Amino acid sequence: MKPPSFVYHAPATVAEAVEALAAAGADGKVLAGGQSLIPLMNMRLAAPGQLVDINHVAGLGEITAEAGGVRVGALARHAEVEASETAFAAQPLVRGALRLVAHPAVRNRGTTVGSIVHADPAAEMPAVLALLDGSVRVRGPEGERDIPAAEFFTGPMESSLRTGELAVSAFFPSTRGGTAIAEVARRHGDYAMAGVAALVAPDRARVACLSVGPVPVVVDVTSAEGDWKRAAHLVRERIEPEADIHATADYRRHLTGVLAERALREAADA
Amino acid sequence: MTTRLFGEPVRRREDARLVAGNGRYLDDLGADALAVAFVRSPHAHARITGVDVDDAIDVEGLVAIYTWEDLPEGVREPLPLLIPHPALTHGRTAYCLAKDVVRHVGEPIVMVVAADRYVAEDVCERIRVSYEFLKPVVGLENAVEGPNLVHDDVPGNIGAHMVQEVAHRDGRATRDVIAAAPHTLEFRLDIERSACMPMEGKGVYARWDADDRSLRVYSSTQTSTSVRMAIAAKLGLPLPKVEVIAPDVGGGFGVKIVHPWPEEILVPWAARLLGREVKWTEDRREHFVSSAHERAQVQHVKVGFDDEGRVLGLDVEILHDHGAYTPYGIIVPIITSTQLLGPYKIGSYRVEFFSVYTNTVQVTPYRGAGRPQGVFCMERTMDKIAQYLGKDRTDVRAVNFIQPDEFPYDQQMIFQDGRPLIYDSGDYPESLRKLKDLIGWDDFPAMQAEAAAEGRRIGIGVGCYVEGTGVGPYEGGHVQVTSDGRVHVSTGLTSQGQGHETVFAQIAATELGVPIEKVSVVTGDTRRFGYAVGTFASRAAVMSGNAIALACRKVKEKALRIAADALEADPADLEITDGMVHVVGAPSASIPLATVAVLSNPLRYAFDEEAKRATQFATGGGMDRPPVAEGQEPGLEGKDYYSPVRSTFASGMHAAIVETDPDTAEIKILRYAVVHDCGKMINPMLVEGQIHGGVAQGVGGALYEKMVYDEYGQLLNASFMDFLMPYVTEIPRIETDHLETPSPLNPLGIKGAGEAGVIPVSAVVAGAVEDAEKIVIDRMPISPSDLYALRDSSRTSGAVSLLRNTQ
Repeated sequence: MKPPSFVYHAPATVAEAVEALAAAGADGKVLAGGQSLIPLMNMRLAAPGQLVDINHVAGLGEITAEAGGVRVGALARHAEVEASETAFAAQPLVRGALRLVAHPAVRNRGTTVGSIVHADPAAEMPAVLALLDGSVRVRGPEGERDIPAAEFFTGPMESSLRTGELAVSAFFPSTRGGTAIAEVARRHGDYAMAGVAALVAPDRARVACLSVGPVPVVVDVTSAEGDWKRAAHLVRERIEPEADIHATADYRRHLTGVLAERALREAADA
Repeated sequence: MTTRLFGEPVRRREDARLVAGNGRYLDDLGADALAVAFVRSPHAHARITGVDVDDAIDVEGLVAIYTWEDLPEGVREPLPLLIPHPALTHGRTAYCLAKDVVRHVGEPIVMVVAADRYVAEDVCERIRVSYEFLKPVVGLENAVEGPNLVHDDVPGNIGAHMVQEVAHRDGRATRDVIAAAPHTLEFRLDIERSACMPMEGKGVYARWDADDRSLRVYSSTQTSTSVRMAIAAKLGLPLPKVEVIAPDVGGGFGVKIVHPWPEEILVPWAARLLGREVKWTEDRREHFVSSAHERAQVQHVKVGFDDEGRVLGLDVEILHDHGAYTPYGIIVPIITSTQLLGPYKIGSYRVEFFSVYTNTVQVTPYRGAGRPQGVFCMERTMDKIAQYLGKDRTDVRAVNFIQPDEFPYDQQMIFQDGRPLIYDSGDYPESLRKLKDLIGWDDFPAMQAEAAAEGRRIGIGVGCYVEGTGVGPYEGGHVQVTSDGRVHVSTGLTSQGQGHETVFAQIAATELGVPIEKVSVVTGDTRRFGYAVGTFASRAAVMSGNAIALACRKVKEKALRIAADALEADPADLEITDGMVHVVGAPSASIPLATVAVLSNPLRYAFDEEAKRATQFATGGGMDRPPVAEGQEPGLEGKDYYSPVRSTFASGMHAAIVETDPDTAEIKILRYAVVHDCGKMINPMLVEGQIHGGVAQGVGGALYEKMVYDEYGQLLNASFMDFLMPYVTEIPRIETDHLETPSPLNPLGIKGAGEAGVIPVSAVVAGAVEDAEKIVIDRMPISPSDLYALRDSSRTSGAVSLLRNTQ
């Protein structure tokens, strides 16, 4: 469990980071919190030839209130975002969801933007971003662009981030109405077997489901008109979960419905 | 300052060192040693057709690459079969490096020695092994149904077949008794694989001294003495030229009693060959696929009983999965077969097991060592009888208990130590009474009804066990008092975090009457004590504890004799308190034990102030006898051994209350209660610690852990991300109560406590989930997904818990 050798870059600015990434091409990988990347490298499941460590880049750790939401910088640790009153005021779901991300030791080091870019469909923060129609701001050789969540997640561990691009922040919109998240994991802090983030506003209701598809699955349940049992039924019909060693597909489908109902009810009461 | 420490909750003396990061674990040693990594088989069953190292040999930092062909005589033979048994007709062991055929994923094929582990793994990645694929055998029933074989020369994949039967006292065979019984039940039980998973994996570090022609080996082992003998034998070295030391070891739980592991031979061999220090530290993935697992069994049970629930006949057929090799023999299924009987008098008993090869990691003892499976069988049986008869589950158990006046109680079987299965002492009715009080058994139905009214499902379960502990053949202890008053205790068996430095010091301090601060304890270092068996089977406290006590008594006797001379008193009038030998009732007539140590060793040379007192012109007196009397030895030290006639039998009973979520099928343990009897407790705090750790592992086995092999023999969850050892967040608060029925077999009256906590947990949790859900639970562990599927199938088939309808 030792990684093969790699070239290590420690840029001091975003421009340098983007330059190093662009030069590395497909062989380059960004190191932020390292909570997923380093184990993958140690197990030789990932072997990037060039590692661009952004931990020395100034200005990437900020959590800023913006019109209509909160912007979280690429180096903001889960624990910092979780504790941030700015983030909580703009979107309380962010704190609620982060409390379900792994364990405190992982949250102290892991970054929220890193988790989003990693695009694990079992992770909470991609689902939250998808639910809220948030976005990811990226910087590349051709400049800066914002990618909406609906276009960002393209497959398991796959995003629309292009080679040479660095995600510099994620934007979580504020919402009218209530939000909630519910999940069931085998052990406290594990990736959930199923989980549902819910948003209930006066004019709409929707959920984002994790662990039941290649990307976070967003289901609009406005048509259920507050009948959350019916909403759960809609959700069960929309998802296509797969079996793994922890749960059958049937159980995942059932569980997602249960959690959708619970999360929607909580969001409606919030 | 009291010196009466036996039985006190003394805080662990090793913890300050260990929690402050000052422990010395295997990988903390040998910072400059060469590193080893292995190319291990990615296939479960294959013939090796070639090893190509062309791409590897130019890697900077590579020192050596070895395959089986490179190994010399002694190292190239199959590893030893440690515990032969007549029923193990087809025992097979692996080679240090695979010869021709690999039989499980993870089997070592190529050994790489390099400047560091990074380089060694780079080299491994570049070595190409070619294979001819053979059909893998995975799953117990596939193994016995054939036609594929793990070993060509083992028909039916059956390594061992054994039947033990205790006929009814009227002479009838068990099956006849069952056929004639008023009631009978028949069912099947399944238990999955789990594993020890110590926090620290295995590891070996070897230093060859070319000038001295001697070898020093550090190994993260549970038996340094036996590893030493194995290395000396395999490498052809004189035993006195080999030292083996178990440094701080980060947990064992059984896997490290197996020896020699291939690495324990290969690393010292390479160190001698290369004339360099060599080290191998196992990583977690290696541990999953190349160490050992345990537990997996399928049991077919038939039981006959009367209207009261008395078991008249019990017939159990066990399929036991021992994986690809049998280095540790068939100890696990033997323990299952014998310890299945628990605290009960069974009218007649027949047990038959088939121990079966599969293309999976070998199976050797894991804490509990076959008992959790046996207890699962017996306790599920008791629950089913109660269910069938409509009786309280504890009443059915009570009617079958061996009574306190029936000890010693002979179960008329042969135990794992080759000796009769005779229980020495116990009080099972009292244990059950305490347990029912502790958990509130009699109040539970009301609580359950109340919960049901709120739409909640709660259930209660109970499980009893008897554990043979402190198996022989022996352990020894050496105790030396030096002239500074310090007491040095050593014993040959090893420590993996149990707290031996504390309990052995408590015993020595109590026996010798010295402050515990004066006592130091060394374990598992062959430089200090050469004869030992090892740490397993809840035996360390019983075996080494008694040996150390006996050695202390020799030292004390000698100390009193020397002090009696000095004080001109009768030794019978002397005692030792706080390190002072004094006349009983006359504290002023005293001499420090340190001075006695000085006087015990007549000196010619005064190297310090203390020593002056023992030199020839200082001692005076007794000119008509030699300075060291006939039959005596210089120094204040003693050595003794404890070798029991047979094992001592601890016991206990657990109960749990669980809640199952009607929607999500999550299972939560609300309360967990333990009543435990390990005879006289040396340190109640450490006994509780052992119970807590054991229960935690038991909860893992009941609700979380299993080794998931696919049909190709790939272990799908070889990491802590997917092999679900419970976190502290998954473990309930554990409520304990104790009972102390002393063992009559040893001087201290103690029994083992190390494994107890883990043994009945699956049985208890299964019973509790069954009670909450009213669905039969015959397969453990159980996950929410499993429970959801069971609910689903019981809804569709209607086959709920209607055991009463099976007759």
